[in-house]
Parts: sequence; structure tokens; C-alpha cells
Amino acid sequence: MNVLLDNLSLYGEGLLGTVELTVYSSLLALALGFLMAAFRVAPVGSLRAIGTVWVNVLRNTPLTLLFFAVVLGLPRFGLVLPFKLFAVLALGCYTSAFICEAVRSGINTVPTGQGEAARSLGMSFPQTLGDIVLPQAFRSVIPPIGSTLIALAKNSAIAGAFSVVELLGVYKPLSEMGYSIIWTFVWIAVGYLLVTLTISAIFHVLEKHYGAAR
Amino acid sequence: MAGDALIELRGVNKHYGALHVLQDIDLTVGRGEVVVVIGPSGGGKSTLCRAINRLETVESGTITLDGRPLPEEGRALAQLRAEVGMVFQSFNLFAHKTVLANVMLAPIKVRKTKRDEAARRARELLDRVGLANQADKYPAQLSGGQQQRVAIARALAMEPKALLFDEPTSALDPEMINEVLEVMRQLARDGMTMVVVTHEMGFARSAANRVVFMADGRIVEDRTPEDFFTAPRSERAKDFLSKILKH
Repeated sequence: MNVLLDNLSLYGEGLLGTVELTVYSSLLALALGFLMAAFRVAPVGSLRAIGTVWVNVLRNTPLTLLFFAVVLGLPRFGLVLPFKLFAVLALGCYTSAFICEAVRSGINTVPTGQGEAARSLGMSFPQTLGDIVLPQAFRSVIPPIGSTLIALAKNSAIAGAFSVVELLGVYKPLSEMGYSIIWTFVWIAVGYLLVTLTISAIFHVLEKHYGAAR
Repeated sequence: MAGDALIELRGVNKHYGALHVLQDIDLTVGRGEVVVVIGPSGGGKSTLCRAINRLETVESGTITLDGRPLPEEGRALAQLRAEVGMVFQSFNLFAHKTVLANVMLAPIKVRKTKRDEAARRARELLDRVGLANQADKYPAQLSGGQQQRVAIARALAMEPKALLFDEPTSALDPEMINEVLEVMRQLARDGMTMVVVTHEMGFARSAANRVVFMADGRIVEDRTPEDFFTAPRSERAKDFLSKILKH
């Protein structure tokens, strides 16, 4: 029961690590996800191909395998980064594939006539997408993006296996110190709940705010 | 009939799978001319209209606008589309923007017009279609007829050389059709070049310089409204007219 209070700083570091991983990876995933969604609906065939390959490779690779590929693979090409950055890369790229598909399904909810009207007025593809289609798609992609980012927060536990300080990894030193494994994990679970419920709350607010338009 | 050709189609063909929806279409629309395209559903009227600003691609043949062939996808095509307005059956007003913002958007984004200048011009155009007092509403708050008039104002905001109308009144309640047709008649009187796909025979009679009758992907007749409605030459047109003029 005292495992939390006795080791507050250890838990704190772990929670901070998970939050950092989640925030940075989310930003990367959102940026890449929107970009790839734009690629997948672009009028240029080569961009569509890049988007399709990106999604299919990353969505269909087990995340742990992707971590191995990044952590062991990239150094072979001379790219040596801190483990934490590798973890952000792996998590962000992996999740971007799911964000991309959520955004794309949102784009599909916008009637084609909206895009046609914009094009008929002489608007370019980026203008049509940015000013007309995405703002209308945004509302319907908020809930699935929320779920995807919650999954990301939980997936960040894998980074612990690759020497990155994060919440789940806290159990190792604690169990060595002889604390009850059950209470150790209860407090870890509470930590994850803090992160995921915060994400839920943020997306709830976003949905309230943007869902009202029209 | 007006002098030089603004829109020219030569030997245009298009298939939808096995359906040959445009078959060797030749059509010239002169500057300031109003051409009404009528005919049975599925005859290729809408496809023809949409091909003129390349919302539909064609497989063969040439389409020229003001002497320039339609460019491929890209900046040049966008530029050309800016010069040809389009009004859709389902209005297609931008649902997340106010009426005023709908009309202002393309001039700001495409023509790089200053915001207050675009707003001033947009209000003028809304006034012209009788909707100055609706500027701050969203499209969904307007009736169909009002939405279509906003769509016309939005197309006019780009000061196009020609306007394409793809069944502009087909989605409207009967009592709203006239308010839209009246705006279109006024445009015709002002000398706008127009291609109008419609089932409104009254409009064709009163506002068109020429009636193009399309069926099964071909242009069957291309004549003055007077000639076409009083003495159609083809069996197909006679049959079509007898069906729609009877009731």
C-alpha cells in the first residue's frame, strides 16, 4: 500500500516518461497522418502510392517488430539517436498509419460535391483540401483519432523494453525491492488511467466545440 | 447568334464502362450565347456540361475555351476553371461557411482579392440575386431556391467568361424554381455566355439562343428554340417532346 508514497519520485519519472512519449509521438503521428491522408486522396498518382505503401507497411507491422527495426536498423545506416527519440519515431510512424485512415474515412464523409464546387471555382488541390474538405471532415475524425491516441499512450509501454524510462518499467526496480507486485501494478494502472482519461477529456472538449458547427 | 466561339467541343468521346455516354460530340458556344441542353435522363447532358470544365475527363476529342485547349490536371486547369463558373443541381454550397464567406472565398484564395474588397463585391452580388439580408446565415438555414441563388452569386464572384448550369432547378420545390430561373434570365439578358442543362422548357423557349437536344450520348438536334419546339425534325425529339409537353 505504501509502494506509491515510498517511491513517489520513481513513479513520477515513469509517468513523466510515458507522458513525454505520448505527447511527442502524438504530434508526430498527427502531422504524418494528416500528410499521408492528403497524399492518399491527391490527384497525383505517385503521392497516392506513397500514402498507400506507408499505411500498409506500418499498419501491418507488429509494433514490437517496428521498435526492433528502428532501434537496431537505423544505427546500421549511421543514424544513432537517443533511445527515447527512436521510441518516438517508432510510435509516431506506427500510429500515423491509423490516424491517416481515420482522416481518410472522415474525408469520405464529406460529399464529393463540396470538392467539385471548390475545384470548379479554380481552387487548387491543397486549397480544396485545407479550406473545404478537411474542416468538414474534422468533426467526424475527432472520436477515432481520440481512440487512436489512447492506444498510442498504452503502446508506449513497449518502449520500456528498449531502455526508455516509462511507467510500466517502474515495476522492475520495485519488484526487486520486494514490494507487493499487485499494488505496484495497481498504481501503474492508475498512472495509465490518468494519461488516457486526460486524452479522453481533451477529445470530449474538442468534439463539443467542433461538433456544434453548421 | 453571337460572333466568336468561346466554348468549342470537337469529336469528344467518353465511356462509362460499356456505356458510350458522349459520342463524337461537336458543339460550339459563341460569346454571349445561351445554349440550353435538353433530353432524356442518361443521355449525357450532365456529363457534357461537366466535361467543359473537366470535372469529367474525356477520352478523345478536343475541348477549347476561348481558343485554349483544356489543360491537364494542375495549376493551368485551376486557372481555367476560375474563368468558367459552374452551378450544380445540389447547390454544393460550402456547408461550414456563411453565405457571405461562400461568395468571398474563391476571389480571396484564387484571385488574391483583398478581404474587404471581396466582401464588398460579395454583398453586391448577393443583392443582385436578392439575398443581401441572408449574408450571415449558413447554407442549411436557407431554402433550396435561396441556396441556388447564392451558388450563382458564388460563381459570378469570379467574374467568369461563361457559366455552366447542371440541372440547376431539378432539386427544387416547384414554387422555388422561378426565383432561380428569373436570376438566370437576368444573366442571359446581361449577355452572359451560358450552357444550361435543364428540364425547364419554359426557360429554354424564353431565354435560349439555341436548344441542343441530346439522347443516347449524341447531339440529335441543335436549333433555335422556336424551330425545335414547333417542328422537331427527329423522331427521338418528337417522342421526347410529346411526353413532357402533354401533362
